[in-house]
Amino acid sequence: MGTFLIRRTFWAIFLFLAATIISYVIFFMIPGDPAQLACGRACTQEDVARVRHFLGLDTPVYQQYGQFLWNLVGHQNLGRSFTNRQNVNYLIGQAAPVTAALVFGGAVFWLALSIPIGVLSALRPRSLLDRASMIFVLIGISAHPVWIGLLLSFFFGYKLGWTPIAGYCNFFGAAPGSDCGGPVEWAYHMILPWCTFMLLFAALYVRLIRANVMETLNEDYVRTARAKGAPSSRVLVHHVLRNSMLPVVTILGMDIGLALGGAIFTETIFNLHGLGQQVITSYNQLDLPVIMGIVVFSTIAVIVFNLIVDITYAFLDPRIRLS
Amino acid sequence: MAMLEVKDLHTRFRTDDGVVKAVSGVSFSVEKGETLGIVGESGSGKSVTCLSVMGLVDQRNAELEGSVLLDGQEILNAAPKAMRDVRGTKMSMIFQDPMTSLNPVKSIGWQLEEAVLVHHDVTRKEARKRAIEILEHVKIPRADQRVDDYPHQFSGGMRQRVMIAMALINNPELVIADEPTTALDVTTQAQILNLMLDLQREFHMAIIMITHDLGVVAELAKEVVVMYGGRVVERAAVDSLFTEPQMPYTWGLLGSLPRVDVIQDRLQQISGQPPSLLRPPSGCSFNPRCEFAMDVCRQELPALEEFHAPEHLFRCHLDEETRREIWAAKQAAMAAEVTVG
Repeated sequence: MGTFLIRRTFWAIFLFLAATIISYVIFFMIPGDPAQLACGRACTQEDVARVRHFLGLDTPVYQQYGQFLWNLVGHQNLGRSFTNRQNVNYLIGQAAPVTAALVFGGAVFWLALSIPIGVLSALRPRSLLDRASMIFVLIGISAHPVWIGLLLSFFFGYKLGWTPIAGYCNFFGAAPGSDCGGPVEWAYHMILPWCTFMLLFAALYVRLIRANVMETLNEDYVRTARAKGAPSSRVLVHHVLRNSMLPVVTILGMDIGLALGGAIFTETIFNLHGLGQQVITSYNQLDLPVIMGIVVFSTIAVIVFNLIVDITYAFLDPRIRLS
Repeated sequence: MAMLEVKDLHTRFRTDDGVVKAVSGVSFSVEKGETLGIVGESGSGKSVTCLSVMGLVDQRNAELEGSVLLDGQEILNAAPKAMRDVRGTKMSMIFQDPMTSLNPVKSIGWQLEEAVLVHHDVTRKEARKRAIEILEHVKIPRADQRVDDYPHQFSGGMRQRVMIAMALINNPELVIADEPTTALDVTTQAQILNLMLDLQREFHMAIIMITHDLGVVAELAKEVVVMYGGRVVERAAVDSLFTEPQMPYTWGLLGSLPRVDVIQDRLQQISGQPPSLLRPPSGCSFNPRCEFAMDVCRQELPALEEFHAPEHLFRCHLDEETRREIWAAKQAAMAAEVTVG
């Protein structure tokens, strides 16, 4: 366990440095002048130069990166936005819960849908359900989230009026300048985004779960269990599901980690002010500190979720020991 | 009355390419406490025969016909519930590969306890006690500690011992062993076979030993069934089979046994491939590989005939005189090799 943690820590540091350095390099390769954008259209040359100096953009890139690292490691501070001088820590603190709500809620939805469908279609291959689920999978994999989101929003939000068309409500009480809040309103506003996420991911997961369950059904130890006289339900739960869900845990952890970096399309369609929408806005304004903040946040999310996956895996599979 | 009586068993699988006749009209019986050997190449239908008896073939694409009587009770195509009650208690099975036949994420103890708990209304503690007890019977050292270990912590031979323990835990009358030593190395093979003999003496269960190893059969079995292309081609008491085999395929099997007392450049083999069960050859299914095949062999399936006693049955169109001459010549040839060596 000790060596495992040390190795993982080094790996995490490496991953973090690589992600941030690459983001810096790419940022400065993009054409465009952040100082000009931050200053505004009416600025004169001297104004822009002053802004550039103020933002520290007139120093070499490695120096800027060093400053960024120093602020982050030494003061846990991500700096201030170029465009509106807001604290980046604060901005991420506002946006991350929205994305997290979307991703975790969506994960619950997509698992709730894909586990039963995947298992049932593996148990009855070529049945009506199996064929129907394969069509669903094909649609889910081919369709773009924007399209799914817009369709859902149009039919359930606009035509039928069952749900809000877009927008977000805080889980804990109303946010300033907003008239809705509380768990019920929150869930009510999140239903369509969750469903969009569900359709996207459930398709992949149905396929994954179906394939895993079918493979496990053919395992010798499943036959052994049946030879013992165990009823099919018992064989399914204790021998098939336990083993076939192992790879799903890995993929789930990675997907959640990645999605926390921002579900750009879904957030944009439903006007959720999460990390995805924030990163698009900041990118358009070449707002480096905010972009870097989100990069840092999502890198940490990926690292943390991979760690969670590994630890969970060691609990689920006795063949794996954390060393 | 025999304890297990299989009569005219047919097992067919529907596949995309057509119907595979894996087992065609197989009959045999096993008496209480005795050992029957089933011998044949891969694909001769020996495993499917036993899986059919156990009710473990995939019901969705298989058709089973005939009759399987266990203690006089019909179990072929029996209701799933009735079948479950029989499996594990009255008859159980040991599989070929102990590496893959145990669930990797459950402890040995859990898997043994499960075998008890699905049939008996006992507490987990009692089941655990029984699990440790049976592990001691199959000579697992420090059984009370190892019971909590996982399959990957056991060697191949030890895992096969666990499989045997699992098969015996409910005191079945019949244990079907499907090539139990094939996946093990040679030294372990002998240990496992001896263990099974000891346990048979102790538990008095009947054994069906599926194997392609005639040496194993000679050591363990009282009666032997030779299968080829999904059919029984010869059935005899073990002595009778080794001294007066009546079927060219059996001659081939006996001839292909490697011998230490003979210098052989090459091992004897039966040339050709086992028949396709999807499109079996017409007539006798062995005719394409048989060096004595006649026209009638290509047209007509030979019936299962009696040789002297009703206990020795075989399928062959050759007349008795010819068969005796050929077998005598084969034996002489083998003996000659011994002298040369």
